[in-house]
Amino acid sequence: MTAQIHTFPRSPVTVAVRPLATRFSLRLRPGHRETGEAALGLPLPHRIGRISVEGGRQALCLGPDEWQLDAPEAEADAIRAALPGSLPHALVEVTDREVTFVLEGPGVLDLLSIGIARDLSRLEIGRGARTVFDGVQAVLVREAGERFTLSVWRSFAPHVEELLHRGARELALGL
Amino acid sequence: MLLIHCPYCDETLPEPEFAYAGEAHIARPADPMALTDEEWRDFLFIRSNPRGTHYERWRHVHGCGRFFNAIRDTVSDKFAMTYRAGEPRPNLDALKEAAE
Repeated sequence: MTAQIHTFPRSPVTVAVRPLATRFSLRLRPGHRETGEAALGLPLPHRIGRISVEGGRQALCLGPDEWQLDAPEAEADAIRAALPGSLPHALVEVTDREVTFVLEGPGVLDLLSIGIARDLSRLEIGRGARTVFDGVQAVLVREAGERFTLSVWRSFAPHVEELLHRGARELALGL
Repeated sequence: MLLIHCPYCDETLPEPEFAYAGEAHIARPADPMALTDEEWRDFLFIRSNPRGTHYERWRHVHGCGRFFNAIRDTVSDKFAMTYRAGEPRPNLDALKEAAE
């Protein structure tokens, strides 16, 4: 007779989908950064990977001239109208483009290592980075010591989700 | 796996985040119409392909998205240094002497 396992051990890491409020992609020449900061009422970090928060708004610097802005849905219209037409910039709403996974638990570094070649123990808390997860471009943010968010484009999300769940199961079973 | 230093992110990161982009310091001629066919062919296709020190372009495609230049030894695959696009070609011998 085959023994059946009815109670699985708790996984050391949980995978969940976080609904996004509003996300924008902002491109702005470094020389115009301070003008953009004043218009948005939000400091735009000039070092790649740094995050600034002001009220409910958050900016993550992804490149020398690129930021990812997150804000509550109520502020979306205000952000769309904030930057003057005289300022050369590109502001695109990308809320629906991405799916954000929240990964949390003591096994989170092990889980991410199945798809990311970086040494994530060196990523400081409160910083982020654009990187590649199993061939899929992803934006990773370390929110706490054992909590990360991983944002991927929607069309890749089923693959990434399947891989994360499978990895979490394997970690739970001690494989 | 190669570890590459991105001069824009100022971090040393694994190779899957990067894409190779050919030899560096090849400027497009300002007036292509003035060139002979042979000169245009050389600009388009003829590369130095050295054994040893190679000046080459890389792009941090899954990161900041920037192109930058690197000096890599094509035999040992070791990177001597990386520097931002647009900067002049560094003199590797002078750098080595300064390090010693």
